[in-house]
Amino acid sequence: MSTVQGYNFAYLDEQTKRMIRRAILKAVAIPGYQVPFGSREMPLPYGWGTGGIQVTAAVLGPSDTLKVIDQGADDTTNAVSIRRFFARTAGVATTERTVEATLIQTRHRIPETPLREGQILIYQVPIPEPLRWLEPRETETRKMHALADYGAMHVKLYEDVARFGRIATTYDYPVLVQGRYLMRPSPIPKFDNPKMHMNPALQLFGAGREKRIYAVPPYTEVKSLDFEDHPFAVQRWDQACALCGGADSFLDEVVTDDRGGRMYVCSDTDHCAARQEIREAAE
Amino acid sequence: MYVAVKGGEKAIDNAHRLMAAERRGDPAVPDLTLDQIAGQLGLAVDRVMTEGSVHDRELAALAIKQAQGDLVEAIFLLRAYRTTLARFGASEPLDTAAMAIRRRISSAFKDLPGGQVLGPTYDYTHRLLDFALVEGGEPEAPAVSDCPVDERMPRVANVLGQQGLIEGNPPASGAPPDDLTRQPLALPAGRDLRLQNLARGDEGFLLALAYSAQRGYGNTHPFAGEIRMGTVAVEFAPEELGFAVEIGEITVTECQMINQFRGSREMPPQFTRGYGLAFGKTERKAMAMALVDRSLRAGDLGEEAANPAQDEEFVLMHSDNVEASGFVQHLKLPHYVDFQSELELIRRLRAAPQERNAPDREAAE
Repeated sequence: MSTVQGYNFAYLDEQTKRMIRRAILKAVAIPGYQVPFGSREMPLPYGWGTGGIQVTAAVLGPSDTLKVIDQGADDTTNAVSIRRFFARTAGVATTERTVEATLIQTRHRIPETPLREGQILIYQVPIPEPLRWLEPRETETRKMHALADYGAMHVKLYEDVARFGRIATTYDYPVLVQGRYLMRPSPIPKFDNPKMHMNPALQLFGAGREKRIYAVPPYTEVKSLDFEDHPFAVQRWDQACALCGGADSFLDEVVTDDRGGRMYVCSDTDHCAARQEIREAAE
Repeated sequence: MYVAVKGGEKAIDNAHRLMAAERRGDPAVPDLTLDQIAGQLGLAVDRVMTEGSVHDRELAALAIKQAQGDLVEAIFLLRAYRTTLARFGASEPLDTAAMAIRRRISSAFKDLPGGQVLGPTYDYTHRLLDFALVEGGEPEAPAVSDCPVDERMPRVANVLGQQGLIEGNPPASGAPPDDLTRQPLALPAGRDLRLQNLARGDEGFLLALAYSAQRGYGNTHPFAGEIRMGTVAVEFAPEELGFAVEIGEITVTECQMINQFRGSREMPPQFTRGYGLAFGKTERKAMAMALVDRSLRAGDLGEEAANPAQDEEFVLMHSDNVEASGFVQHLKLPHYVDFQSELELIRRLRAAPQERNAPDREAAE
């Protein structure tokens, strides 16, 4: 696909990229801390990945191979749209294979295939502030972070336990990074939280509308909040994937008829396809 | 077997083709020209330029055409174009006292130097559909007065200022104004950033906030001290030249609201100002902006700030329709994964009564 005329490589001008890279460097230096940055108005709507796109544009080079997923899948409409945006404006190679990608932009999932050193995982973040539902004011939450005053979050989780007998947060589950900053992992299911911990890849988070960037550098401790008597646990399914037979991946429920018929399939399409290939080869 | 939706790429292409055809409409009807939009839908163009933060009638007309008249979408198109433009610098402050007046009214004084000039306005029209417009036809030529409007019309706020009855304008700091399209907005924001935010803010949102402040959610007792509309010169001082040169003229609407202030320990009772400025003929926007600007100054003036229109963070963080429209509509994007997580939780919670008999099952997992 030919690149669009009249725009710089990867759309943003070099000055803007430098500004974003400086914010990224600061974010890497202070894991989990939300760095304000001069987020630009992008030709895609706010809330549709403008933060992730700006971070990707700032770190993308001509030799990179880009993968874009939404809900774990490469073929969901918004993932297709963003992948095309970079194919058009940067002319970079794109892939659907996690192992082949140097940059992976994601919305709502971490790939099932373990990441390796040198890869960068870029999350699209709608609301970066983990304390936002507890305190709507930015002026207050910044103070709470400065003082590491996270009691309100523990109380909220405790109230869940008191009411439901368990912590009733299933996605966007709060984590503590390197024992210091409370961080919102973007709306990934808590199933993916353990993958953030000590991950060899660099994890960058971009929130365009809210104008914040934060990061988890490689091999950083990421702890999901919990209690000694209610330890953190991930979702499990009684079923296996109907396509690849896998029982250890995050499954999407697909309604197949109006009589209660359901099937479960992997949300990570690349992971599922790879396992189907292995299974076919074995047959 | 049913498999999760595939083929997004082709579907997107076809959706865009269909939209382009819908935009064009009946091919037997002539295509709209940008001249027609800029000339005959001028108030829409003014709004798109104001909230799109670009003064360019042709680009705004193009955006309106491309967006099928959806002004918020047109504003988004113009903003996305604006963000790619190089910044040469900031213009000199506009001298609206030297405006070539087309309209100027004050509701505070019956008469004042320069007089009241109604200019082009829908005020006092009876809102009866004019069926003569169905067929088109040329309107009567505008009436021309024998005496032209005064060249210099003092601003009403300055008239009051001579007697010290209204607060003065804060002195210019000399520092270049901040720009929230380049830097993230830090709170509390300076008044320059607040006004920039309001000028770009959604007209409907500001209108509703201004209205709420008038109805008692806020404590403004405003008078439309002056509303003026006309052309002003834009001057720019290039660094290599060292002095300002005029680079063009633009039409703006300015509103100065005069508001009661009971005084504080530092300030005697006096009138205070709310300020609104917008491109083109955008009186509703300028008035709403001026009311909200004054409301947002509650904190600075030592007034209690308990209402939405007075709450800086609430107003500034929610005024932008491009941000709001994107985030509200992002709910159209797939949320299968989050929803699946919630489904799983609800099923577990509903199964919980049995589970409670076997405590800590989850903890043991």
